[in-house]
Amino acid sequence: MTAAAIEAQYAGLQKQAVAKTAVQKSKPLVRVGTATCGVAAGAIPVKEAFEKEIGSRGLDARVVEAGCMGHCYAEPLVVIDKPGFAPLCYGSVDGDLARRLVADFLAGDDPCYEFALAALEPNDVFPTFSEFPRGVCEEKIILERCGFIDPEAIDDYIARDGYAALAKALALPPEEVLAEIKAANLRGRGGAGFPAGVKWEAARGAGDGVKYVICNADEGDPGAFMDRSILESDPHQVIEGMIICAYCVGAAEGWLYIRAEYPRAVERIHTAIRQAREKGLLGQSILGSGFAFDLRVFQGSGAFVCGEETALVSSMEGKMGMPQTRPPFMAQSGFRGRPTVLNNVKTFSYVPHIVSRGADWFKGTGTPGTPGTAVFSLVGKVSHTGLVEVPMGTTLRRLIFDVGEGIPGGKKFKAAQIGGPSGGCLPEAALDVPIDFDSLRQAGAIMGSGGLVVLDEDDCMVAVARFFLEFTRHESCGKCTFCRLGTKHMLDILTEITGGRGNPASLEVLRELAEDVQAGSLCNLGRTAPNPILTTLRYFRDEYDAHIFEGRCPALMCKELIAYYILPKKCSKLCDACVGSCPVEAIFTRADGLKEIDQQKCVKCDNCRKACPPEHDAVVKLSPPSLLSGKEGVPK
Amino acid sequence: MSEKVTLTIDGREIRAAAGGKLLWAALDNGIYIPNLCAVRERVRPAASCRLCFVEVEGSAAPVTACTQPVKDGLVVRTRSERVDRLVRSAFELLLSDHRLQCRECPANRSCGLQKIARERGLKLRLTRLKPLPKEAAIDESAAAFSFDRSRCVLCGRCIWVDREVAKVGAIGFTRRGLERTVTTFEDETLAESICNECGLCVHACPVGALYFKQPE
Ligand SMILES: Cc1cc2nc3c(=O)[nH]c(=O)nc-3n(C[C@H](O)[C@H](O)[C@H](O)COP(=O)(O)O)c2cc1C
Ligand code: SF4
Ligand code: SF4
Repeated sequence: MTAAAIEAQYAGLQKQAVAKTAVQKSKPLVRVGTATCGVAAGAIPVKEAFEKEIGSRGLDARVVEAGCMGHCYAEPLVVIDKPGFAPLCYGSVDGDLARRLVADFLAGDDPCYEFALAALEPNDVFPTFSEFPRGVCEEKIILERCGFIDPEAIDDYIARDGYAALAKALALPPEEVLAEIKAANLRGRGGAGFPAGVKWEAARGAGDGVKYVICNADEGDPGAFMDRSILESDPHQVIEGMIICAYCVGAAEGWLYIRAEYPRAVERIHTAIRQAREKGLLGQSILGSGFAFDLRVFQGSGAFVCGEETALVSSMEGKMGMPQTRPPFMAQSGFRGRPTVLNNVKTFSYVPHIVSRGADWFKGTGTPGTPGTAVFSLVGKVSHTGLVEVPMGTTLRRLIFDVGEGIPGGKKFKAAQIGGPSGGCLPEAALDVPIDFDSLRQAGAIMGSGGLVVLDEDDCMVAVARFFLEFTRHESCGKCTFCRLGTKHMLDILTEITGGRGNPASLEVLRELAEDVQAGSLCNLGRTAPNPILTTLRYFRDEYDAHIFEGRCPALMCKELIAYYILPKKCSKLCDACVGSCPVEAIFTRADGLKEIDQQKCVKCDNCRKACPPEHDAVVKLSPPSLLSGKEGVPK
Repeated sequence: MSEKVTLTIDGREIRAAAGGKLLWAALDNGIYIPNLCAVRERVRPAASCRLCFVEVEGSAAPVTACTQPVKDGLVVRTRSERVDRLVRSAFELLLSDHRLQCRECPANRSCGLQKIARERGLKLRLTRLKPLPKEAAIDESAAAFSFDRSRCVLCGRCIWVDREVAKVGAIGFTRRGLERTVTTFEDETLAESICNECGLCVHACPVGALYFKQPE
């Protein structure tokens, strides 16, 4: 089959797709973001409200589901595309707003700008996302279509040049496509940053027999959701990347390993695979090229360690999901003992773009060491949480203060926890480091899968380290000595410290253990598990010392090291909001009318502090609790 | 005759069969490297006990000898500050959930942990860590031997001989993390299981977890 014939076959597909979407464009279209984030915020009832209202008014408008646009703070998000208007995006939509938009905008001609978040195309009337402070910093490659196409309609993807890269690749010799990926220095986005082209080349060189391509969509980091979003929002992008990879290495079979907790992603991938087969984009002789490849889905068991590649393959083979020593490397002997390429969802997602636009274009973004963009899920104490895509080399300051619009409630920034449980906590001083795989590793953190949790002055760094250790201790597979037992001992020491029972000797043991578990564990779960400890020790040692030497938690977070106290000067005497809020009846009214807390009964639930009306703001936390002695009304 | 390679361990020149692993080359030449989980015939080493660290010239960090292939010109040191520190920590971690009562233990004097302590001058007690006692009933159901999980170091050698030598498949690892343990299918007692009580696993056990009821 000639290159021209492949291109012609694709051109036919695209013509159909464009025609189909053009017909749809002549009618008003309502897109409701129903990725998991949208659904959690109530997108399904919103979608139903639109459908019902449109139906009862007998309007000719379509309602479809779309993926995640990354503005998770404003979910449920809805985009209304009405001929004659720029497509408009509305945030925090509920049933009432849905009905109002149908009545005023779809039935009438008032776009209700007062509720609009942004326009999606430049226009004279309303700003677009790219004019947001955040839009200026963002540069979207793999998230570009997310939220703007119907993930369940392959024609939406094809109409926007989807699968054009595949057609281009199939028309070239595989070595040439591979050379482009290598030249682009595409580094794996699953955490370690290993160059994808190098892996592919090794697999390509591993003989002519059966080979496999596997997409790692296990995404087990707490708080990370970018892979899920991509699968739910733009599944064909991943599939296209996998087919191109298979073509490069000579594989006929591919698998998507998706964690079972991602039912929507699994469903949408299944739909996408089916549609791709119907169009001849998967299966025998793809686009008439003679190249055959097909995809299957494996639902993972949910253990965090199964995201590690050797454990992942073991679990696909029906064995216990436990890491193995390497070599042999996957490219020589992976799934079923055959040469295997395993990459992350995001890594595959870049592939069609690189093939379409070339390695030089790709290297135009990012840092010399890590070209391209980085995708982060921005969560925690930051005003605008969501999924963001910025060039590699963006500083944390830009990410947190420009893209995320800073810390809510006028609080002070304390640390950025980056890379999930394998990552580290970076302080204010590290905010101006341009981030990529290498700079983060130097700072003691890792890019990991791109989870970015912002912490403020109310977060205790020892407690944060403990939180992550609890996770890794629980997720350790137990195979090797350092990780199985080391994480347990480290967790126990952190529990002692946060409980006010720490001592300088155990702090030293903690540091030694952390270094040894890092150096001695079998797989990267164990090797990276100490990062939260090592970085907090490095950057926030004073907080450890305060806990140990002063019995004080500077962030007033560790329960055993704080006491609740009602300031007599501020207590109004006239209300008893706090009294009713206390679950253990620890608060009583004194003879002089003031409220007081019985420290013996108090369980430190924080209810009274929340219940006290803001105009009084009389309940405070004290640390160390010994500050209570000598306070008015507290027995010595 | 298989091909030979020449390598240097602790300044001594050694010849070993190509394709083998460093741990065995060292042990065969009377050079001790601590180990518990290593099985010579095993193609893909378990590498789980993390005791056999050595320094290999050209490697930035210590490597496990059980996974390191021997190569011509390889220069190895079995001791260094970093190696000793890792071994000491791995050893103390293993002791921390091992029932440390040597005098009552059937493996006293033939124990793999005692050997490591002797060879490396390590203490057979906890110096930095708190004990993490394992609560587990002793399986005394088999006629000839018993299994005391509170002494097991999870080396997996019993499982390997059960599967690869005895070819029975009565025991395996189950559960994750700290709960990881050696057990029979569905946690039956040994007597209820398909175990034919050949006793190979008892010989394989480097500690006193599997032991004969009557001293041999
Ligand atoms: C404990 C552990 C968990 C991991 N989880 C994931 C995961 O959820 N997704 C992922 O892509 N890679 C994960 N990895 C990294 C994989 O082992 C592997 O390096 C990666 O999938 C390779 O793809 P890449 O080169 O495209 O990054 C994990 C590694 C470890 C040690
Ligand atoms: S480091 Fe942890 S997860 Fe990895 S093999 Fe060892 S015990 Fe298992
Ligand atoms: S019973 Fe003995 S041989 Fe089996 S895993 Fe435990 S220590 Fe190793």
